[in-house]
Amino acid sequence: MNLPTGREAFEPRRPGSEDVAWCPGCGNFGIRNILISALAELGLRPSQVAIISGIGQAAKMPHYINANGYHTLHGRAIPIATGVKAANPELTVIAEGGDGDMYAEGGNHLLHAIRRNPDITVLIHDNRIYGLTKGQASPTTMVGMKTPTQPWGVFEEPFNPVALAVAMNASFVARTFMGYFRESVEIIKKAIQHRGLAIVDILHPCVSFNRVNTYAWYREHTYWMDDHDPHDREAAFRRAIETDPLPLGIFYINERPTFEESVPAYRTDKRPLWKREPKLDLVEEFFESKRL
Amino acid sequence: MSEFRDEVSIVLGGAAGQGIQTVEGILTYALKRSGYHVYANKEYMSRVRGGINTTEIRVSSRRVRAFVRRIDILVPFKQGVLSWVVDRIGKNTVVLGERENVEESFLGKVNLVEVPPTKLALETGSQLYLNTTVAGLIVGLFHGDFGAVEEYIGKRFGDKGEKVVQKNIEAARKGYELGVKLHSDGTIKVEIKRDEKVKEEILLSGTEAVGIGALAGGMNFLSFYPMSPSTGVSTFAAQKAEEFRIIVEQVEDEISAINMALGAWFAGARAMVSTSGGGFALTSEALSLAGMAENPIVIHLAQRPGPATGLPTRTMQGDLNLVLYAGHGDFPRIVLAPGSMEEAFYLTAEAFNLADRYQVPVIILTDQYFVDTYYNLPKPDVGRVKFERYIVEAKPGYRRYELTEDGISPRAVPGYGEEVVIANGNEHDEWGDITEDAELTKLMQEKRAVRKLETIRRNAPLPRLIGSKDAKYLVVSWGSALHAVEEALEKLNRNDVALLHFSWVYPLNPETKRFFEGKTVIAVENNITGQFADLLRKELGVEVHRRVLKYDGRPFSVEEVFDALKGVIE
Ligand SMILES: Cc1ncc(C[n+]2csc(CCOP(=O)(O)OP(=O)(O)O)c2C)c(N)n1
Ligand code: SF4
Repeated sequence: MNLPTGREAFEPRRPGSEDVAWCPGCGNFGIRNILISALAELGLRPSQVAIISGIGQAAKMPHYINANGYHTLHGRAIPIATGVKAANPELTVIAEGGDGDMYAEGGNHLLHAIRRNPDITVLIHDNRIYGLTKGQASPTTMVGMKTPTQPWGVFEEPFNPVALAVAMNASFVARTFMGYFRESVEIIKKAIQHRGLAIVDILHPCVSFNRVNTYAWYREHTYWMDDHDPHDREAAFRRAIETDPLPLGIFYINERPTFEESVPAYRTDKRPLWKREPKLDLVEEFFESKRL
Repeated sequence: MSEFRDEVSIVLGGAAGQGIQTVEGILTYALKRSGYHVYANKEYMSRVRGGINTTEIRVSSRRVRAFVRRIDILVPFKQGVLSWVVDRIGKNTVVLGERENVEESFLGKVNLVEVPPTKLALETGSQLYLNTTVAGLIVGLFHGDFGAVEEYIGKRFGDKGEKVVQKNIEAARKGYELGVKLHSDGTIKVEIKRDEKVKEEILLSGTEAVGIGALAGGMNFLSFYPMSPSTGVSTFAAQKAEEFRIIVEQVEDEISAINMALGAWFAGARAMVSTSGGGFALTSEALSLAGMAENPIVIHLAQRPGPATGLPTRTMQGDLNLVLYAGHGDFPRIVLAPGSMEEAFYLTAEAFNLADRYQVPVIILTDQYFVDTYYNLPKPDVGRVKFERYIVEAKPGYRRYELTEDGISPRAVPGYGEEVVIANGNEHDEWGDITEDAELTKLMQEKRAVRKLETIRRNAPLPRLIGSKDAKYLVVSWGSALHAVEEALEKLNRNDVALLHFSWVYPLNPETKRFFEGKTVIAVENNITGQFADLLRKELGVEVHRRVLKYDGRPFSVEEVFDALKGVIE
């Protein structure tokens, strides 16, 4: 059987993938397109890619792309993706979810993933709202925005994922707006190619519940950093705390050993874990040593 | 004049940080090497320094594997020890040590054999040698093999330099000579037959048995967050990580631990999480994911008394209900509870095959008492461990959740084969994509929660019957209570009483029911309600007539079980 290649390879042909649950006009469609292009342009095959998502509208991605996928739990995509990559470093592993998913329920995991530095790419569909549960404020909702559950207007300081990641010396930190197709494809390609944890905050409108941060709003309130050196952490941090307009592009790159490179499992044996067998000779040796 | 024949129970008591472990280590090793059966178990307070910790060491001419309340020789390292164990001191108990370690109120009432180990240690050069002196003293009482003491000290202190080794051996010898003298002048006469075969046996703790069992089962990934009394298994795995080329990661919390392990299994690893009840409570969300996504997982849960943080360093078999019912929705799981070191080794290894085969959570239930216990045993037969993988190649058309007769869908792992694998915690179709279809929902629920469970149940091994199948009384135990009950029954020595021991705790093979027919059933459990007795009623409709329960955070002693059974049996 001849399996399709290129972009075509990533178009699912499963019956359940036809009924797309995203609202017409939603930014998630754009992100899907961007991701498929990035994967295809990197010359990857669906069987080499694993997309691990949490819960939410954004997290439905594995059903609309033909790649290995695991639709998991709210907030838990990152530890699961870390486990997948650790078990099989040959896979290209992407953790995907919304801002609620990654910054609220999964916040602690994000912090520790930055420390652990697995070689995975974390894509956050940042629509600054909870979509699937119908319009509650998320950690990135702007101050003053009124929602059914914050009728008095949000007063909490919005989460700044980029500043946080730079402050924690993350390995790769970028932000993009999905309305810019080509630029976003390039950023995501770089994120995937980066060795280590790559965080990409992807701004995208939610046409159903976020009437503030629209396509037009993002265009007006963002700019591309053309003159920025991503290896300069202080400069990255200065950019990261700018709020209006929001800088787009790669803020920070910091090459450091990945989780998989640091564990003893792959020091002399490069095979993924599923190809390995128990070392019964060492078990035998252990018992011998217990005779003392 | 005190005499001990065939068996002696020695208890060492002191503060955390006083180095009693060193004495315990030398003693158990040297006595085993001398041809005696040994058993050791400790109980300790939840503090890093001070308090009172005790270690019981049984030395015997025959195999001993259970805790006894009786103390034959008590060695106090500080005041307060006697008060702490007062209910275990009998008229035959010898208190061996220095007068200043015995409380005023006990002087004159207990049989104190005064010896000067501190003085001997100081003569050797330092108070630091107190532990080795005491160890030598006790080995001397047995006329034990001093060469074994030297050997152990050489290994244990070897990296501290030749001088430290020599000084410790000198200290041990001073103690040893004193011990031999106490024996030959009849002050403390210990007469225990030696068994040559014991010398070649191994010493193994519950922690090690689970840890090495996991490695034998092909565990190559362990994620954990520290919590007593489970941490020992993680430490064990971390110490072996280089040699076995595996991944051991201390993560941010138990939620992360289990999710990471689920991801690892999804990608084909054999992963384990080691935790305790409080940590397991946090993992129930992911347990439910494992159920829905049919993601294999092995969890070791070392129980301690709850609820909440309960008694951090004590023991209970109180988390059976937790593991049976944790997680929302219906999905099968397997619960194993080893009762002996052999079972801990073989069952933990097998847990990985079971998880792989049935794609369900497999929970290994131990407890503080079990993981901290060790004794000598013949070397397990590693050749008996089977490595069974149930992974298929993802060929074009592959469906992760294919509806099958026995409820088990073929599991492929990403990267093996050209087709993709979609796993899902939402209800799904056969390919793994989300569905809200009523008919499919029913089929999937039935496949997971009924057909698969039935397959596991049918294949579940039967419990082990010790004694006559015609006995009138059937004593039931599970997990770590095994040896105490076994020894109590030996003492009882009645052929109308048999023991039915469960190491495979859930689900129960329906065949199990026949063991109970026409019997008076007595359950022995280390918890307050009799959780397993309730399970027997729920699963098999079996009525337990009497429950022997203990729930003070301490393990069953042989005497306690013996007394309780005598009270029940006519
Ligand atoms: C443990 C848990 N708590 C709450 C929910 C309900 N829930 C589903 S999606 C969601 C928020 C989704 O928001 P976001 O992550 O921003 O994704 P979006 O839908 O906007 O793409 C919540 C709270 C859940 N599924 N699991
Ligand atoms: S709710 Fe918002 S984010 Fe979700 S699919 Fe609809 S428009 Fe998109």
